[in-house]
Amino acid sequence: MFDGFLAGVDTAFTSFNMLMVITGCFAGTFIGMLPGLGPATAVALMIPMTWGLDPAAAIILMAGVYYGAVFGGSTSSILINAPGCSSTVATAFDGYPMAQRGAAGKALAVAAWSSFSGGMFGAVGLLVAAPLLAKLAMTFQSPDYALLMLLGLTAVASLSGHGQVLKGYAMALFGMMLATVGTDGITGLPRLTFGQPDLVDGLNFVLIAMATYALAEVVLGVLEDRLPGDGGATARFRDLALNRADVRAVAPVIARQSLLGFLVGVLPGAGATIASFLAYSTEKNLAGATARPPFGEGNVRGVAAPESANNAATTGAFVPLLTLGIPGSGTTAILLGAMIAHGLQPGPRLYADHPEVFWSVIVSMFVGNLMLLVINLPMIPWLAKVLRLPSHVLMPLVVVFCLLGVYLVSFNPGDVLVLVVIAAIAVFLRRLDFPMAPLLLGFILGGYLEDNLQRAFILYDGGLGFLWQRPASAVMAIATLVCLVLPLFRRSGITATD
Amino acid sequence: MVHGDEDLASLHFLVPGGAGGGWDTTARATGSALIAAGLVDSVSFENRSGAGGGRGFSTMLDPRARTLSMVMVSSTPILVRSQRSEYRQNWRQLTPVASMIGDYGAIMVRADAPLQSLAQLVDALRADPRAIKFAGGSNRGDTDHLILAAVFQAVGLEPAQARYVPYGAGGQAMLALLSGETGALASTVGESIHQVRAGNVRVLAILAPERLPELPRVPTFTESGYPVEFLNWRGFFAVPDLEAVQRDRLIDVLTRLRSTEAWQAMLRRYSWVPVFHAGDDFARYLDSQETQIRALMHALGFLG
Repeated sequence: MFDGFLAGVDTAFTSFNMLMVITGCFAGTFIGMLPGLGPATAVALMIPMTWGLDPAAAIILMAGVYYGAVFGGSTSSILINAPGCSSTVATAFDGYPMAQRGAAGKALAVAAWSSFSGGMFGAVGLLVAAPLLAKLAMTFQSPDYALLMLLGLTAVASLSGHGQVLKGYAMALFGMMLATVGTDGITGLPRLTFGQPDLVDGLNFVLIAMATYALAEVVLGVLEDRLPGDGGATARFRDLALNRADVRAVAPVIARQSLLGFLVGVLPGAGATIASFLAYSTEKNLAGATARPPFGEGNVRGVAAPESANNAATTGAFVPLLTLGIPGSGTTAILLGAMIAHGLQPGPRLYADHPEVFWSVIVSMFVGNLMLLVINLPMIPWLAKVLRLPSHVLMPLVVVFCLLGVYLVSFNPGDVLVLVVIAAIAVFLRRLDFPMAPLLLGFILGGYLEDNLQRAFILYDGGLGFLWQRPASAVMAIATLVCLVLPLFRRSGITATD
Repeated sequence: MVHGDEDLASLHFLVPGGAGGGWDTTARATGSALIAAGLVDSVSFENRSGAGGGRGFSTMLDPRARTLSMVMVSSTPILVRSQRSEYRQNWRQLTPVASMIGDYGAIMVRADAPLQSLAQLVDALRADPRAIKFAGGSNRGDTDHLILAAVFQAVGLEPAQARYVPYGAGGQAMLALLSGETGALASTVGESIHQVRAGNVRVLAILAPERLPELPRVPTFTESGYPVEFLNWRGFFAVPDLEAVQRDRLIDVLTRLRSTEAWQAMLRRYSWVPVFHAGDDFARYLDSQETQIRALMHALGFLG
């Protein structure tokens, strides 16, 4: 193993492969920054450019694009509330309020440091424990995934503001309903498509996030006459150095959520988006009501949690890909296809047949994450200048970016129409003080929950046998109950002392 | 416009799915081999995903959007989706050009599974058709389920009794097999070849007319006394009512592509098995596969 590792270090540190890491990180960051264009698009765009390269260089390049896009995706979430990809949606919850408060530079810097730490942590995990973790991924089955999603849904309460919990659950249900639009994952029959071919593939998560956040935000700004943008949100180089209080606030968050994110990423049926939502809600719960400023209103920990988790999860997704040859997400499936095209067989044989590729990809991630930090930090003051544009310039730009971002994913004008319709519904709901985050959570977890629960029922003859036959399921079922019941006691305790 | 005798000036590939998927890979591999072999002067690609491939299909039928140099890549699911009325379109509205490659159905178990042979699998299923759970990477009633249904029918069991567990994609179905969530897997050889080579998975039998060079020791269902075949082809269609001369020119170019080193390199790169049906022969093949699929879907209760 150690020989293989040394061969990998040798391969990774050739000047050409270093160039590939840098190119990949640059390309990934920029594609990721564009609202709507996520890692899947970024990696797919790179495939034709890798044909002339040897396999190690090609995979190093594409891996760099992948985690680079996740790294860069937070920028548009923070600055204009329009997430670059689904895994950076949760970053907008606190990142955007921070930017509105004039702390865009700090939010971007926290995001960059958290992404860097998450990616580095993930790379260490991959380096020391990939084969072991692959065994863990193999023990997780459909019923366990169903209950993991159910546990994730208990975060609704924490994603809702004070006095909004009931509205939050209503929105989570609405999100789950939106997730049922499209082809049923089990029977393959179209549901709620109203005979419209554009709805057969279901609704796109980034589209919903753009509609409920960025686009609705602009419209609400006009309606309520509180347009952001004119604020003098300047970021200077000295803002990039976090002060001691910030470091003390985010360091434990990054440590916890890098670990959690990495483990969620290792599971082939979960991924960076779920990891970022779980990270956000656990941190919000841990901080409690005493957090200043409250979560959702620009707390640095609310930026650090999803950003460290999504980057750690992205690296974690390489565990099943490299060791089992199993892709856990759309992006890793594209990577798998590209690796096969380059004559590599991901899975146990990769490790034996091409140790230099296996190890050099992992080693390149350390360099890549360092590069991303070096690329991104100095850009922050320039990026933050976007917010100094007068609102009559910035707001139309945001609208254009949203429409363009959604269109560029599918080249389907029908999606743009769906975007506008959902934005209109979101404006209406937000005027009535319904929170949008639970809607996104319900949408992302609802689809996974349904597919896995249906499979669990097929596997267990329609019964709930998995609840006591599978320890992992049982543990998560109990944790779900605790999460649901505990706040009731806590709240009654507060009212008693009031 | 003056062409060389048989060469084509340009070819526009319409991919009804996203970049990086199976259709996309097939179109781009064919296109770049055509260029490398000097058979076509220029190629272009267009991804038009949506509606499970239906949007690309509509483009081919839209007189304002289509051009004579356009070919759409497609595969067996096009027949399934038309049967289920997911598409309003049917392949008969297009001009079938040729299938280039194909992937045969297969039934697999884990390498360390107690079931070692097809005979043992058949015995187990005859004793209790619901004894074994089969994972598959497509929805109920779609390709992998149809492969399983074809196997059940061939060994004399009721296809509707098969316990089929659908997963979102081939990789997830493979994971379900490897993790022991299901006892067997209904899939295709190409989807699983990497796990087979790694020694994790044993192919019990394939739904092919004869054994494959890649798997010389794996029997076919037919030679084992259960005559059944299932092929997932990938090939190309041209716009409706293309003139015979132009269609034949396309077929000629693809026929000549097959013997070029550029195309052979693509086959090796992706472990593809060449399955070539062209023109009327391709149309007859599609016709017979449609009949097979209709019968299987009927047996599964998907068609009234």
